[in-house]
Amino acid sequence: MFHIYCPHCEDHREEEEFHASGEAHIPRPLDPQSCSDEEWGEYLYFRKNPRGLHHELWVHAVGCRKFFNITRDTVTYEIKEVYKVGEKPSVTSSEKNQ
Amino acid sequence: MEKYSGFGLFTHSLSCHENWQRVWRNPQPKKKYDVIIVGGGGHGLATAYYLAKVHNITNVAVVEKGYLGGGNTARNTTIVRSNYLWDESAHLYEHAMKLWEGLSQDLNYNVMFSQRGVLNLGHTLQDMRDIERRVNANRLNGIDGEVLDAKQIQELVPAMDCSANTRYPVMGASWQPRAGVARHDAVAWGYARAADALGVDLIQQCEVVDIVTEDGAAVGVETKQYGTIKADRVGCVVAGNSGVLAKMAGFRLPLESHPLQALVSEPIKPVLDTVVMSNHVHGYISQSDKGDLVIGAGIDGYNGYGQRGSYPTIEHTVQAIMELFPIFSRVRMNRQWGGIVDTCPDACPIISATPVENLFFNCGWGTGGFKATPGSGHVFAATLAQGEASKLAKPFSMFRFYDGSLIDEHGAAGVAH
Repeated sequence: MFHIYCPHCEDHREEEEFHASGEAHIPRPLDPQSCSDEEWGEYLYFRKNPRGLHHELWVHAVGCRKFFNITRDTVTYEIKEVYKVGEKPSVTSSEKNQ
Repeated sequence: MEKYSGFGLFTHSLSCHENWQRVWRNPQPKKKYDVIIVGGGGHGLATAYYLAKVHNITNVAVVEKGYLGGGNTARNTTIVRSNYLWDESAHLYEHAMKLWEGLSQDLNYNVMFSQRGVLNLGHTLQDMRDIERRVNANRLNGIDGEVLDAKQIQELVPAMDCSANTRYPVMGASWQPRAGVARHDAVAWGYARAADALGVDLIQQCEVVDIVTEDGAAVGVETKQYGTIKADRVGCVVAGNSGVLAKMAGFRLPLESHPLQALVSEPIKPVLDTVVMSNHVHGYISQSDKGDLVIGAGIDGYNGYGQRGSYPTIEHTVQAIMELFPIFSRVRMNRQWGGIVDTCPDACPIISATPVENLFFNCGWGTGGFKATPGSGHVFAATLAQGEASKLAKPFSMFRFYDGSLIDEHGAAGVAH
């Protein structure tokens, strides 16, 4: 059971109040009209699936209903940090292209 | 290979069962194989077996980092069915179903395939509309199916509360009589034994750390224990770790790994002789031959590689089961565990060539891979033998996520697998 700190409510709440929304920091294509099929496919369906550190988007679904980011280890499930949308993670993996 | 039979059981009883042959060899890997299969679970072993049996390719190795059938093959809820909505998946799962029906004889190994039927319950009007659509689609594809009403279900499963007094009353169900359960471990062991007898090398405790490529083509695998093992073709059947292997080969897969969990109760006397699944309240249950109730849950919403699930998910599942079967309220749960499932965005598998030549992947089975084990192995063997996707595998290419030809089984086939 996760005990998650919501940076908007500034409080720890139980996992059940939250909903995981997948990988964080996926930029929408700047010029959608000129995207190739590969680029659209990558944007829509291809996600990082690291065994280790993962930056994720979560939503406080039955709380403040706001989105925020979590850096979490997908093996130990340890939550390394919580930060707001628009901010950069301070805990990052040394491995490239994970 | 020593053939198993009633007579053999009798003769071995005369020597107190002390002289049974080992079920498979434990060979040292050769320098080079025609085909290397990474992953010694049910799907990988089935692939090796059909490569040897159907395609006469016996210079095959299965490399497994742990032990055979120790991943999701050992962790699922053993349900086998083929009532999928869309033609592509219906054909694939029905192909598997037909192989299931003769599997014990084919392998000379009792996989305890029991066609006790599967009920997929409907609790809302929309559920019932979806069920009717799916059953009709199934019948057009030659798959058995019936729509039952609450009264018929009550006759079939007396222990279930089909009254109108529940929070989500059972309105009806789809019923596939040919569906059922099979002994999961026996499937892996049976395939392993039969493949080994045909000359396939099963190499356990051998972890692949890299895919060796030359000029954009796979030429072998680098292993931690045995160094480089060369191969003309490499097939990866590693479920939750597919993304990790794809990364070694330098491309991405549209997969996310999630924990999926199941639990069993203490053994009780026979009470449930079929499989009950409910998409709406989200739980599924059957009773094993041992007597324990086998209960399945949904996946955890977040990515994870830890082979354990979260408590809220168990709680939801048990609530759903209690709603359907108040009679089980005093049953104690015995064990709970999790496996890592590799889910695709469209809830359909990937059986496919990859951007790397001679490297093939069979993955993305998500929450419903066990039922497909024979079919998956059969079509992946054909794919590896021909060097291109076989007819049934063709729609399941990984490139469907670029051209948009997804096979949207989400919900259509029932989220509860």
